[in-house]
Amino acid sequence: MPRMGETVDSGTVNEWFKQVGDQVAEGEPLLEIGTDKVDTEVPAPASGTLAEIRVQEGETVPVATVLAVIKLQNGGVVSVITYREAAARGIAQEMRRDPDVIFLGEDIAAAGGVFKATVGLLEEFGPRRVIDTPISEQAILGAATGAAMTGLRPIAEIMFSDFFAVCWDLVANEMAKIRYMSDGQLTLPLVIRCANGAGVRFGAQHSQSVENWAMAVPGLKVVAPSNPRDVIGLLAAAVRDPDPVIFFEHKALYATKGEVPDSGEVTGELGRASVLRSGGDATILALAAMVPRAQAAAQRLSADHGIEATVIDVRSLVPLDTRTILGSVAETGRLFTVEENPRLCGWGAEIVSIVAEEAFGALSGPAIRITTPHIPLPAADRLEDHLLPSVDRITETVRKALD
Amino acid sequence: MTVETGVVTTVVPQDTELIQLLTPEGERTGHPDYPLDDVDLKGLYRDMVLVRRIDTEAISLQRQGELGIWASLLGQEAAQIGSGRALSPKDMAFPTYREHGVAWCRGVDPVKLLELYRGVSHGGWNPEEHKFQLYTIVIGAQTLHATGYAMGIQRDGADDEAVIVYFGDGATSQGDVNEAFIWASVFNAPVVFFCQNNQWAISEPLERQSRIPLYQRARGFGFPGVRVDGNDVLACYAVTRKALRAAREGQGPTLIEAFTYRMGAHTTTDDPTRYRLASELETWKLRDPIERVKSYLIRSGQAEPSFFDEIDAEAKRVGGRVREACRTMPDPAPMALFDHVYAGQNRILAGERQRYAEYLDSFGEGAGR
Ligand SMILES: Cc1ncc(C[n+]2csc(CCOP(=O)(O)OP(=O)(O)O)c2C)c(N)n1
Ligand SMILES: [Mg+2]
Repeated sequence: MPRMGETVDSGTVNEWFKQVGDQVAEGEPLLEIGTDKVDTEVPAPASGTLAEIRVQEGETVPVATVLAVIKLQNGGVVSVITYREAAARGIAQEMRRDPDVIFLGEDIAAAGGVFKATVGLLEEFGPRRVIDTPISEQAILGAATGAAMTGLRPIAEIMFSDFFAVCWDLVANEMAKIRYMSDGQLTLPLVIRCANGAGVRFGAQHSQSVENWAMAVPGLKVVAPSNPRDVIGLLAAAVRDPDPVIFFEHKALYATKGEVPDSGEVTGELGRASVLRSGGDATILALAAMVPRAQAAAQRLSADHGIEATVIDVRSLVPLDTRTILGSVAETGRLFTVEENPRLCGWGAEIVSIVAEEAFGALSGPAIRITTPHIPLPAADRLEDHLLPSVDRITETVRKALD
Repeated sequence: MTVETGVVTTVVPQDTELIQLLTPEGERTGHPDYPLDDVDLKGLYRDMVLVRRIDTEAISLQRQGELGIWASLLGQEAAQIGSGRALSPKDMAFPTYREHGVAWCRGVDPVKLLELYRGVSHGGWNPEEHKFQLYTIVIGAQTLHATGYAMGIQRDGADDEAVIVYFGDGATSQGDVNEAFIWASVFNAPVVFFCQNNQWAISEPLERQSRIPLYQRARGFGFPGVRVDGNDVLACYAVTRKALRAAREGQGPTLIEAFTYRMGAHTTTDDPTRYRLASELETWKLRDPIERVKSYLIRSGQAEPSFFDEIDAEAKRVGGRVREACRTMPDPAPMALFDHVYAGQNRILAGERQRYAEYLDSFGEGAGR
């Protein structure tokens, strides 16, 4: 049972569109769920055969209850795992597939990561491939760069994305430019994972959203998954990509859950946004932890105000899926970005400028950015909550703008 | 010392010199380089007991949801109180996030530390007034700040001031710390590098940071390094005092490695049973920094049982005060978030401030302001 809104803890199965034994395709409507706020169609999370329906029409169950089991083409099933488990699973998937993949960082091996997002990797792959490093971020990234030159595919971890500031030379001056400056002779297939973002009361130096730092440097690819399936899929895409990819996990999402296939490879594609909901009145773009908030706001806008919004999880900032974004804006005429970053130079600013240049005529009103104010973040819970874009603020901003 | 790629255990140095003035059993030993006659050992004992109590109180407040997180100093009381009490009033200290004992010596109200860890203030104390800078949590940066501060003192021509900067064993792997060593060395800056080697950097043992005893690194940078028993408050006091004097007298930096042990978790969010053996802690309990002073004070007849009872009663009072103050700390006013981003106002920020105020007001009359 997906969480249909921030304050919604349960849902009722109104109708199953498929029966046991039917084939279902990923994204195809599978059932309708009702809450006290809204009725919504829920898409199938994976393609396969509907093997089991566990919650019958008319039954009400709490969020996270397994509703049905889909048998994948290759015989697997879908299960619910956390975002943090997905990180470990994504790394393990790639390490099993390719012996050239190594993983290095601080506290990642013996301790299984300070966010427990890498538990079990040392045990499975051993200390030659899963390496606890000295507390030296420059060396982590510099050594990963050198290792990549030997043909390895390193996954490096920077514990908190804020610490990119400690080792930015290696990112911005070195790894981002080595392909270019070697006339394409050197290639750096490496991934830097990090915990980005706020919401866990870590204060000004451990809560920043810095994806725009990376976005500003030519030569880097930048992704930020919002759910466990994308963590695995986009990590696979990042590891297999020939360029350095900065992979922003969101620390406030580590405990959230989502469905992923139990077996078989989970893969994804860099540069593809995901349309989570379609509506003709507005386009709402969001990234990482702002995605569930944008979805909840869209549901509220629909239920309480009759406003139907398209919600797009941008997922990949570089490359950016401008086709999907411009296409949606062409249909709705209104653009809203929901950004956790401080206001100046957030990723949404870039998208708004692209829309202004390429689809100005399609806009029927100003593009509006919903961001954190341009201030450092406090550690106090209530204050932090107030500053980040909330479901309330998104809902109200869109409603007022469309009034 | 051995280095393995897998599980490693802490190696206690054998062939290196460890400055010690009070043995773990509470016996007073002498050292020709560190004569000590004028030390208030009972005062040091009191400090250590009180800061341990504050620390214990903070851990339980965190468990009860009153603090967001806490970094315990358990086991490191002697290193912090010994060095902290060696400072003269004008010396400036640059801490990490764990220097609650040094903060105590600098007259910072422990409640201020709790405010920080409760998340109701960004820092809270006045660094100049206390000669104690704000906590630094991005590892190593403060060693550079301290070096620059020391160079400032140099340029002021002051000969009665020095700087002490605290950092951990893990921090020695940072570029910042190594660059600070180089700068302090070539500019002969009046700074004492005080490394609390508590054997662990979160889950990583010392062997993951260094193949040689840390104090020996100083030699390569061109200044003296000493290893002191970090659980011996007298030795920490004497060694730090000497290093600070040298700095003030223009003899440049010293690296002090206080050999100690982090007896608790890295922070309250950490679980050390995942990566270290319980037996290690048992070994270090025998070297407890407080117990040895107590034994010595009793054995040498310097303190009656009533002295210890009084200190315990005082610790209880201090703990109670801290607990009460923590529970009743007011939340900061939301609009205060917009203060001090820049020295003055600017149009963008003023606009945001205005919108934010309107947004808060939409919740009702003066909500949260
Ligand atoms: C630049 C940077 N990298 C990583 C971290 C995460 N981190 C916080 S404490 C710590 C370990 C520090 O160990 P040590 O220097 O020995 O100090 P201790 O905590 O033992 O007092 C790490 C890696 C950080 N805060 N800053
Ligand atoms: Mg340490």
